[in-house]
Amino acid sequence: MSSCHNSINVDYNNIKEKKLILVGNPNVGKSIFFNYLTGIYVDVSNFPGTTVDISTGKYKDFTVMDTPGVYGVSSFNDEETVARDVILQGDLILNVVDSVHLDRDLFLTKQLIDMGKPVIVALNMMDELQKNGITIDVEQLEQLLGVPVIPTAASKGKGMEDVLRSLSEARQGIRDRKLAERIRNISVCGCNEAEALMILEDDEIIAQRYGMDTAGLRDEIYINRRKAVEDICNKILKESSKGASFSIVLGRWMLKPVTGIPMLALTLYLMYKIIGIFVAGTVVGFTEETLMEGIYRPFILSLLSPIINESSFFGRILIGEFGVLTMVPVYIIGLLLPLIIGFYLLMAFLEDSGYLPRIAALVDRMLISIGLNGKAIIPIILGFGCVTMATMTTRILGTKREKIIATILLGLAIPCSAQLGVIMGLISELDMIYVLIYGVVILAVFVIAGTVLNKLMPGESSKLLIDLPTIRMPLLGNVLKKTFQKTVMFLKEAVPLFIYGAVLISILEYTDALASIQSWMSPITENLLRLPPETATAFIMGIIRRDFGAAGLTSIAMTQKQVLVSLIVMTLFVPCIAAILVIFKERGKKDALLIWLGSFAVAFITGGLVAWLI
Amino acid sequence: MTLDKVKRGNRVRIMKIDNADLKTQAIRIGIYEGATFLCSEILPGGPIILQNRLQELAVGRGLAEDIEVEGV
Repeated sequence: MSSCHNSINVDYNNIKEKKLILVGNPNVGKSIFFNYLTGIYVDVSNFPGTTVDISTGKYKDFTVMDTPGVYGVSSFNDEETVARDVILQGDLILNVVDSVHLDRDLFLTKQLIDMGKPVIVALNMMDELQKNGITIDVEQLEQLLGVPVIPTAASKGKGMEDVLRSLSEARQGIRDRKLAERIRNISVCGCNEAEALMILEDDEIIAQRYGMDTAGLRDEIYINRRKAVEDICNKILKESSKGASFSIVLGRWMLKPVTGIPMLALTLYLMYKIIGIFVAGTVVGFTEETLMEGIYRPFILSLLSPIINESSFFGRILIGEFGVLTMVPVYIIGLLLPLIIGFYLLMAFLEDSGYLPRIAALVDRMLISIGLNGKAIIPIILGFGCVTMATMTTRILGTKREKIIATILLGLAIPCSAQLGVIMGLISELDMIYVLIYGVVILAVFVIAGTVLNKLMPGESSKLLIDLPTIRMPLLGNVLKKTFQKTVMFLKEAVPLFIYGAVLISILEYTDALASIQSWMSPITENLLRLPPETATAFIMGIIRRDFGAAGLTSIAMTQKQVLVSLIVMTLFVPCIAAILVIFKERGKKDALLIWLGSFAVAFITGGLVAWLI
Repeated sequence: MTLDKVKRGNRVRIMKIDNADLKTQAIRIGIYEGATFLCSEILPGGPIILQNRLQELAVGRGLAEDIEVEGV
């Protein structure tokens, strides 16, 4: 269960050919260039020691490598560290720049030039620039940067051939004289110029490699570079009086609460329709019931039961109720995979359209009071699909404090799609007043837990600072590629967890430990929650598999009040064994144990309060 | 005055960023001492939206309180 990765690690240092590296800010169309250069033979692999994937391909004599979208080369997060290490090994840099966001993107361009690498700039999205009534003096930009600048509109296939033709003209650009001198002074010590720049910009890892201290010049160099960029932009950009295009107006509507909140509500409603109704109902109905339960399970049982006795120890582990070859594939392929793909597809669409950062800005205010910032909306939305997947996504949050708060809230008060299925089935039998109480209680637990954690936990959460990209129609190819990569990454990490979980439960069941936990729990369920004793079984089973939990509860005769209490308790548990394991993996043993036991305590106390008060 | 006090439609110049953790990242995406922006939108109680040409940035209120600005 340790944090080892099973993916293939490539030794990037041993590649013999010249390395052409694609670099750019997020969402500038880099991957279109990558696909254009490399064709279909692309190798996606995990970068050693991180969760970041790097695509590698070939173009003529070059090894072409894609890097994650970054705003600058340094090591503020995993993506940047990977981008930095890939760029440092590069022989030739193709820098893709969003011409609509030139002031933002040229910071990275200037930094790449300062590194002393041969650079060529693809000035992308020129078509959009014209729509917004802005013109760029490309020739002058070329002169000011000192490297070739090629106007393109990659999504329309324009200018791509020009980029290929100009690759051989890539050259070192114009550097600030004082900075160039400082770089030369540092590189006497054996590092190359690019590494020297990193040391000047206080990159501790690179400095350590050469046994040097960082120079403490980062802010100074950054500000000078920013000013140089602003200077260039003032010289080469001309705005006409044409005014803002529709996408700018739409982007503004998404932000303003008056129009933004209805738009967000509509988006969430559509997501619910697509995922909650279509994927979770129709698609999963087919994949889980028809395909996996109907065809796969009988097939694997008929294949293996003549060889292994199903009631033996290994029989239980392999093909028992919670078997590695029975429950695990049915659960992952039948239920999880369609939901994960559905969620990642929609998130990739929202991300590439530029809407996601605006949602983050819109909800920032609400999330601050629970110790998070607007960015946390991403794991929260994903949590309604799968809490395991959402807990992995808490990695994007800025501080450890936020990661812990988000993990707790996800485990506690965000019901995953599997739980929602059970809840929907049972809640439909209840009177409206009980449905309302359920909703209010879960929301209250979410808000109170977040507020209390925000007050109690030491340190401070990071503040929102986010670039709002232009609203664009996402490219289908990009959305599919992202979805595929994220789904593969999820499976790589989650499948082992589901297998461990299944084995653990099979062992618990075989050794009768499950039965003793159930009988040990029943006083709590009877006396505190005022529920029939059999519900203890349903709770335990619910953690393992939602349909067992549901079947367990529906077969017990309960009053409406009892159904309400049992639903509340079941929602507040950490939803499943894989989610519990991923919490252990992400948060470490001590914190995870506290989170897990805490969720039981909160579930029983809240359930008890409701049982005694209503 | 600090950035959270700015009114919508005002133009401001950044004077000082009093948040060491975010300063470097702010510089990289365009917010640095001396830069000028149009405050194009303010979400009530929420982030301040800064605009420079076509680029837009959302600055959380907590961070805006740490940014010293002057009207232009």
